Amino acid sequence: MDNRNIIMNHYTSSPYKKDFNPDLNYQKIETKSDSCIDHLNIYVKFENNILKDAYFNGEACAIATSSCSILLKNCLNKTVSEIVEYIKNFDNMVNGKDFNLEELKEAIVFKEIVRQGHRKTCAYLPYQGLKKLIDKR
Amino acid sequence: MNIEDFPMLREDLIYLDNGATTFKPQCVIDKITEYYTKYSANAHRGDYDISYKVDQEYENSREIVRKFINARFKEEIIFTSGATESLNMIANGFFGKFIEPDDEILITQTEHASNVLPWFRLVNEKQAKINYIPLDDNHYVTLENVKKAVTPKTKVISLASITNVIGDERPIKEICEFAHQNNIFVVMDGAQSVPHRKTDVIDLDVDFLAFSGHKMCGPTGIGVLYGKKELLEEMEPQNYGGGMNESFDNPNEIYLKELPTRLEAGTPNIAGAIGLGQAIKYLDSIGMKKIEAYEKKLRRYAIEKLINIPYLDIINIESDSGIISFNVDGVFSQDVAYYLNKYKVCVRAGNHCAKILNQETGVLNSLRISLYFYNTESDIDSLVELLSNKEKIVEEML
Ligand SMILES: Cc1ncc(COP(=O)(O)O)c(C=O)c1O
Repeated sequence: MDNRNIIMNHYTSSPYKKDFNPDLNYQKIETKSDSCIDHLNIYVKFENNILKDAYFNGEACAIATSSCSILLKNCLNKTVSEIVEYIKNFDNMVNGKDFNLEELKEAIVFKEIVRQGHRKTCAYLPYQGLKKLIDKR
Repeated sequence: MNIEDFPMLREDLIYLDNGATTFKPQCVIDKITEYYTKYSANAHRGDYDISYKVDQEYENSREIVRKFINARFKEEIIFTSGATESLNMIANGFFGKFIEPDDEILITQTEHASNVLPWFRLVNEKQAKINYIPLDDNHYVTLENVKKAVTPKTKVISLASITNVIGDERPIKEICEFAHQNNIFVVMDGAQSVPHRKTDVIDLDVDFLAFSGHKMCGPTGIGVLYGKKELLEEMEPQNYGGGMNESFDNPNEIYLKELPTRLEAGTPNIAGAIGLGQAIKYLDSIGMKKIEAYEKKLRRYAIEKLINIPYLDIINIESDSGIISFNVDGVFSQDVAYYLNKYKVCVRAGNHCAKILNQETGVLNSLRISLYFYNTESDIDSLVELLSNKEKIVEEML
């Protein structure tokens, strides 16, 4: 699949996007952009430091939404420290530094898009949210 | 109209976000440059020629503003940093003194954040209450609904004269008449109307008015607070400091200056005020009536074209300001804005700082175009052409 299709699939039919009522085992992350109207709620469930389950909902553009979906897909069943590594890797990519291509899997679709200044914020928004939650742990 | 006056309009752009801010004509840019290059001194220091010139220009701008909104006295014009600061001063500095527990403040769910949050803070501090005027089917304010929402506890009604998402014009004059019969104050948020319509505070009889310079061809960082003199006399300055005091020996003996200086502590935004004066002169040279008529015509032209695009959902077909809000069915507004940006068309996606509007319209986000007199039918044609192909929008929005 080309990049466009990957993004559109995650945007229009992400398996991780759903309305649901999380139980107490889930932590909620509210991510909101300062500069635009992207607004996503991410719900994560950690067990023994492993991300066991994750969903999101809310309203955001195609880039922020698909980026969130890919983030959750890539992080499921990873340990907290693996997730931290993964986020760092993504961070490196969007900031034009050296990064591990294999680790990022589908997330490399954003490599070019983030060159459009304001789109970088969109793609990074869910990462920022997850990072904040992990930093707090 | 007057495209040649604006350096920004020589850029390869179609600018349709005038509700956010407007471009500056060369004469305003020149006026600001002149201050910084020819008489760049502080105000209120008339000991030497260039400072005397500053005072003259600064006070002349105040007089220009006074005339522009037809205020009775120059002292009724206070320079602020913008509509937001003006509204905060009104809420805190004036109503902070008078609001009591259980008093009611009446606003609507289509106000800009700057006409909501200062009131939220006030009611939190004073254990007062916010009430909302019910809106009609078009989300408009009617005098009838104002009457219904008023109670013996209502102290103030604070409304945008034109709202920033729906673009509807409120019957401010009729509301003032009714409110004053019931000892209620009226605050007008003129941020979206003063740049586009003739404003006459005597005719309207509003108690306070707030607006921003940058939305009317003036510089950023300058705005106006108008208040009836007898009310401003009661206003508690939010800032104390240089310029606004007469003398002070100890905390019990502080003597403040008269209006308007009392409410303008510190070195003012001199360049901003002088630039705003020039912007108003410029608008007057075109004529506010002419600006209003032109924008209404351009809006009609835009609506007639946009309405033919079947998947376009226009939120405010009826209103007659230069603001048109809409959605492309099934495409997130921000993605449409990014698509338009690729063709250098500047529009705004968002909830436009009117966050509680969502509760009212049920529409979370929308695209907004907001026109000014320097927009043209050709700007609209370009927009319409870009929006006329939904496949292209979806194809190119990434
Ligand atoms: C209706 C309304 N009120 C107040 C404001 C605040 O203006 P400023 O940001 O210039 O203080 C705006 C600006 O968008 C507005 O549209």
